[in-house]
Amino acid sequence: MCRVIDVRQAVLARNDALAGALRKELASRRTTVVNLLSSPGSGKTALLERVLAALVERGVPVAALTADLATENDARRLARSGAPVKQVLTGGLCHLEAAQLRGHLRGWLPADTRVLFVENVGNLVCPAAYDLGETLRVTLMSVTEGEDKPLKYPMAFGLAHLVVLTKNDIADAVDFDRPAFTGNVVRVNPGVGIVPTSARTGAGVDGLVERILAVAEGAAVHRPVMAGRVREGRLLQDAPDDVPAGQR
Amino acid sequence: MHELSIATAIVERATELARRHDAAGVEAVRVRVGEMSGVVPDALRFSFEVAREGTVVEAARLVVEEVPARARCAACEKEFAVGTPPFLWCPHCDSPTTRLLSGRELEITVIELAEATA
Ligand SMILES: Nc1nc2c(ncn2[C@@H]2O[C@H](COP(=O)(O)OP(=O)(O)OP(=O)(O)O)[C@@H](O)[C@H]2O)c(=O)[nH]1
Ligand SMILES: [Mg+2]
Ligand SMILES: [Zn+2]
Repeated sequence: MCRVIDVRQAVLARNDALAGALRKELASRRTTVVNLLSSPGSGKTALLERVLAALVERGVPVAALTADLATENDARRLARSGAPVKQVLTGGLCHLEAAQLRGHLRGWLPADTRVLFVENVGNLVCPAAYDLGETLRVTLMSVTEGEDKPLKYPMAFGLAHLVVLTKNDIADAVDFDRPAFTGNVVRVNPGVGIVPTSARTGAGVDGLVERILAVAEGAAVHRPVMAGRVREGRLLQDAPDDVPAGQR
Repeated sequence: MHELSIATAIVERATELARRHDAAGVEAVRVRVGEMSGVVPDALRFSFEVAREGTVVEAARLVVEEVPARARCAACEKEFAVGTPPFLWCPHCDSPTTRLLSGRELEITVIELAEATA
């Protein structure tokens, strides 16, 4: 004897709902979240150091939260910008979840923050599946990682609102094939913007800062095809707060 | 490993439902996994065996229905298989895809509960 219960619910429904609520709550305080995803060592912290410094200089209230498996090195580096910075040690967890992020923001995030940067754990697999309530999801890749990465990690690149190519100062030294890279990105995410940068020379940083500020001011964000919700008329029971289209 | 987090979420949800329905245990959990969900079915099955240990879901089977990724071209209205790795451009007219029909599913469809021994 057994009873069959019709569930019909996304496995990550709870995270999606919490992320949706967090997005709403932060939007009501005019805070925009930027979620940075990349493999370990792609240059998230180095670029963020530059971006934070530029925003602080313009007088924009920004903050950064950085998640790592271990060490507080990244927070120390980012704190030099003068912006409020928080290090989260995930204790072995390979990604951040919305509930964790919300817990860490409580009592820490200054109310007037316009842009909160979240440096996710260096990993192109797991973080892609978890909405953190971000308005802008940026996937970064350095020129040393190989042009085929968008095809090996299609969720990370396919769900990105913006792709950033880092370490362009050494692109020639590693024979980086830019057209191949662009082709692979656009194959999994038609229409997404790609911004080349270098934290070493500062190239591309101003352009990136402008794009982020525009989003904070309400500019439209690219909608990845992959983020379109598939419904097929199914019920989303027990999902108290449906996540808007375009946010997975 | 990604599939372990997903399997853990499935076990947690099944445990909650078993408790809510006063079930003695869970016999099966049915899930749909899209080709573009980022989850590998075999790795999920393996992770499920690890995640279910010591829970009321311990004896449950995980039944995985794999859903192929399909899209429809807005320009020529033809449907096509997206494939792996995904190719989100129309193979008929080379327009970028605007609509995904399936393939991103990662959902629990049904849970089969064992009746409590009265
Ligand atoms: N040449 C060059 N090197 C860079 C650039 N950005 C970062 N690096 C170097 O790349 C290495 C990794 O940079 P990080 O900023 O720590 O990378 P990350 O993505 O934050 O790393 P994790 O947080 O550990 O995942 C460091 O040795 C940096 O100096 C760049 O624009 N050009
Ligand atoms: Mg870092
Ligand atoms: Zn077409």
